Amino acid sequence: MPQMNMIQALNSAMDIMLGRDPGVIVIGEDVGYFGGVFRTTDGLQRKYGEHRVIDAPIAEGGIIGSVIGMGVNGLRPVAEIQFADYIYPGFDQIASQLAKLRYRTAGEFCAPVTIRSPCGGGIRGGQTHSQSPEGLFTHICGIKVVMPSNPYDAKGLLISAIEDDDPVVFFEPKRIYNGPFDGDPDKPAVPWSTHPAGEVPEGYYSVPIGRAEVVRPGEDLTILCYGTMVHVAQAAARLVEADAEIIDVRTMVPLDVATLRQSVEKTGRCVIVHEATRFSGYGAELSATIQEECFYSLEAPIVRVCGWDTPYPHAFEWQYFPGQKRLVAAIEQVLEAG
Amino acid sequence: MSKQISDEVLLDIHRRMVRIRIFEETAGKLAEDGKIPGALHLYVGEEAVACGVMVHLSNKDWITSTHRGHGHLIAKGGEFDRMFAELFGRSTGYCKGKGGSMHVSNLDLGMLGANGIVGGGPPIAVGAGFSNKFRKTKNVSISFFGDGASNEGAFHEAANMAALYKLPVIFVCENNGYGEYTPQANHQAIVDVADRASGYGMPGVIVDGMDAVAVYEAAGEAIERARNGEGPTLLECKTYRYYDHVGVRGMGMTYRTDEEVEYWKGRDPIDMMEARLAEQGILSKKDAEAIHEEVTKQVQAGVEFAESSPMPTPESLLEDVYA
Ligand SMILES: Cc1ncc(C[n+]2csc(CCOP(=O)(O)OP(=O)(O)O)c2C)c(N)n1
Ligand SMILES: [Mg+2]
Repeated sequence: MPQMNMIQALNSAMDIMLGRDPGVIVIGEDVGYFGGVFRTTDGLQRKYGEHRVIDAPIAEGGIIGSVIGMGVNGLRPVAEIQFADYIYPGFDQIASQLAKLRYRTAGEFCAPVTIRSPCGGGIRGGQTHSQSPEGLFTHICGIKVVMPSNPYDAKGLLISAIEDDDPVVFFEPKRIYNGPFDGDPDKPAVPWSTHPAGEVPEGYYSVPIGRAEVVRPGEDLTILCYGTMVHVAQAAARLVEADAEIIDVRTMVPLDVATLRQSVEKTGRCVIVHEATRFSGYGAELSATIQEECFYSLEAPIVRVCGWDTPYPHAFEWQYFPGQKRLVAAIEQVLEAG
Repeated sequence: MSKQISDEVLLDIHRRMVRIRIFEETAGKLAEDGKIPGALHLYVGEEAVACGVMVHLSNKDWITSTHRGHGHLIAKGGEFDRMFAELFGRSTGYCKGKGGSMHVSNLDLGMLGANGIVGGGPPIAVGAGFSNKFRKTKNVSISFFGDGASNEGAFHEAANMAALYKLPVIFVCENNGYGEYTPQANHQAIVDVADRASGYGMPGVIVDGMDAVAVYEAAGEAIERARNGEGPTLLECKTYRYYDHVGVRGMGMTYRTDEEVEYWKGRDPIDMMEARLAEQGILSKKDAEAIHEEVTKQVQAGVEFAESSPMPTPESLLEDVYA
């Protein structure tokens, strides 16, 4: 099977969907001629033409608003917002228009739009190039929110997102574009070609939206994570030799409650980890869900490991980033409690 | 016309341009060597714009800057020590290492901030202008922004408000022909961003952004209008960045020709200024070289200061989120 990194896998997903469905178009800043600043749309304009892979002005409100209009009229646009940090000028169009279209027209029409956007830290991007804003989007009813953690899922989930009749905000953890990152910046980078999920079929396949994945089965505790943190969690669990069940949430909305419940009912202990800031972060939703679903199985308080409640600092990236050390402490705390 | 400009002002503009050039060349090398973390957007080639505008300003006149902000801060009086320290992420930096290249600011100098968000600055400059009018000062605010940024809604909202309230704001468009890797012709259907001014009810002025004296004169008129309560101006400076969008070598992708780069380098703002100064007998070639050497030493001292400065304490990471 071919090896792909996450960028190639995402590129392949768009390539396949552009080929299969004449209504699919790709639009964004520098996505066409240049092929994207992360190279995710490389070659697509040459292959499908300027009318299908479109360079947009720096105007996120315009990009997102216009793909809504395209979507209503039967197209399946894939908009790229170059960094998740740049999505806010288009936030109004997402929150006030895109998310509400189906509901306010009582199901008469909607916009099957996909908005792709690289997110997350670990790249020395500072406060406007490192954010993880998924929680702002999961709070809006009417959009789905997805974040893959590996090339295989990235391709399969992006294909699902494009085919989905609801709008999907698709966050790509850019720190793991080229390889799984376990949270230790001093280790040499590991490429996806050394990871089983770097094997990606050439052709069409999909990974369903709404399904979490048990990345590692275990008995002692459950670690809920997504994106880059899936790899950090695995490394941390190995460090303490905990028999952790690690669950990659993958799609935040809709959430696969059944898989989460099954796991925590078995282990009785739960650590939740994400890069995003803690207060009102998506981890709070996960924690509340586990409490509601598994209260009588819990043997210890749920612990969250998150970004600090500050803007993303330029200095001290690795103190800010929820790395292995903080995760190990949380695992030990949860295992020792009760 | 330029004869009316005093020798001191010309020399001041020249020195500020040299300070930017050598700072940026040095910062670019340090970034390429992996010594400065994060992305740098270098201002090399565009020095005439910042300096031609900034010599008119006092520290009470405020500016908003862009992701390409080092030049604005230096032209506004920024010190190499604290700038390098900020880029290196040290506690002695202008923002104690919390901001970095794309978010450096200093209120004492009237520099409200470089900005990682394209189009983030113009509305803030409108508010700064409003406060100056409200307090009945003669101060102005200046918003620097690119050709690419002129497509953001925030710019349009800001321009309308500034004209509506007749605020002492000057919108300085640094039109370098590209937004990232997209040429202007592929991101807007106009050639002159200044055309947009009339749509908001303010004058639009176009100037050669490689000619510091031309920028100085045009900016002077706009600033005087603003100080006299006659409202905002959109000043478009046609300029060029020599290096890639990010860093020196950038991504090594072709999106512009070597001939184009060479053409603009042939109109180098510092060379043109030095030729003018020599011709007018204000600054000999030798004296110009001495200035370059002096500034180079100052830049080196700035790097040493930054490298020997302490890192911020881990606790300070959590400070300054709220009052
Ligand atoms: C809201 C937002 N969208 C996109 C970006 C990515 N970006 C950074 S600089 C840039 C190009 C800006 O072009 P221009 O305004 O002409 O300034 P220049 O870089 O040419 O100086 C882009 C698209 C961003 N930082 N913020
Ligand atoms: Mg530009």
